[in-house]
Amino acid sequence: MEHVTQHSDPHYDQEASKLGMWLFIFTELLLFGGLFIVYSIYRFLNPEAFQLAAQALNPVIGAINTIILLVSSMTIAMSTSALQKKNKGLTVFLLEITIMLALIFLINKYFEWGIKFDHGIWPGSEHMINDMSKGEILFFGLYFVMTGLHALHIIIGMIIIIVALNKVQKGTVHADRPSLLENAGLYWHLVDLIWIFLFPLFYLIH
Amino acid sequence: MENEKHHIVPYRVYFYILLALITLTFGSIGITHINVGEYSVLGALIFSTIKSFLVLTWFMHLKFDQPFLRIMVGFVALVFLAVIFITFLDYYYR
Repeated sequence: MEHVTQHSDPHYDQEASKLGMWLFIFTELLLFGGLFIVYSIYRFLNPEAFQLAAQALNPVIGAINTIILLVSSMTIAMSTSALQKKNKGLTVFLLEITIMLALIFLINKYFEWGIKFDHGIWPGSEHMINDMSKGEILFFGLYFVMTGLHALHIIIGMIIIIVALNKVQKGTVHADRPSLLENAGLYWHLVDLIWIFLFPLFYLIH
Repeated sequence: MENEKHHIVPYRVYFYILLALITLTFGSIGITHINVGEYSVLGALIFSTIKSFLVLTWFMHLKFDQPFLRIMVGFVALVFLAVIFITFLDYYYR
């Protein structure tokens, strides 16, 4: 033990915490993967109904939300670079923008779902049960479950980013100890990754 | 570069990736507007796959991480594809 080095926290292991985050991301991918398989089977069995039901979705809102998420992914990725460059002010600023973009995404989603509710479309609604075919009910069921679960991930992601932001401000997350911010970033990119597949499968059916 | 522990990605690289992702998004919107029937789904999924590859490689830093992480991500993708393939075999030949 000749080279005993001074270390503030001997339990900190950046590679291990990254690996742990990736393992968690794999479980998330398979969770959504299962839903995508359900979607593809039902679409395969009810192609016309899915096409008809998808007419009710607004591809413009979907595209706007796609771009919002892509930009937010870029800002959080940039924030990790800013942290490594020891530019705390820019890190905080980029994280604040990311949180704002996430909020705008959710507001869009609120209005989008609101319009569906105004048209009497929600899981188990009378309009759905009485007037829609089985395939259409399946489409909207999957739409609400998958975009809802995704929105839940957006909310959780926002909370994680807010925690990371606070710790960057306090100085407990810094260039030599960036794991929390990096893992928050990985989680946020996962949310983006899932949306990349949700968007064409729900909004771009013609 | 690959094994450097603290590789700092320049801001502009992320910006270029964003531009590529937005371009591909419009590409996938475009391809589903062209009337190619069943192939439009396939086209949109190919665009999505390229986009997710960019996100995984650059935004999620896999390019600069240890190779075993890339292998694991690839393995998970293969498992997922295998499950889809087997499920469809089941439905197709019922």
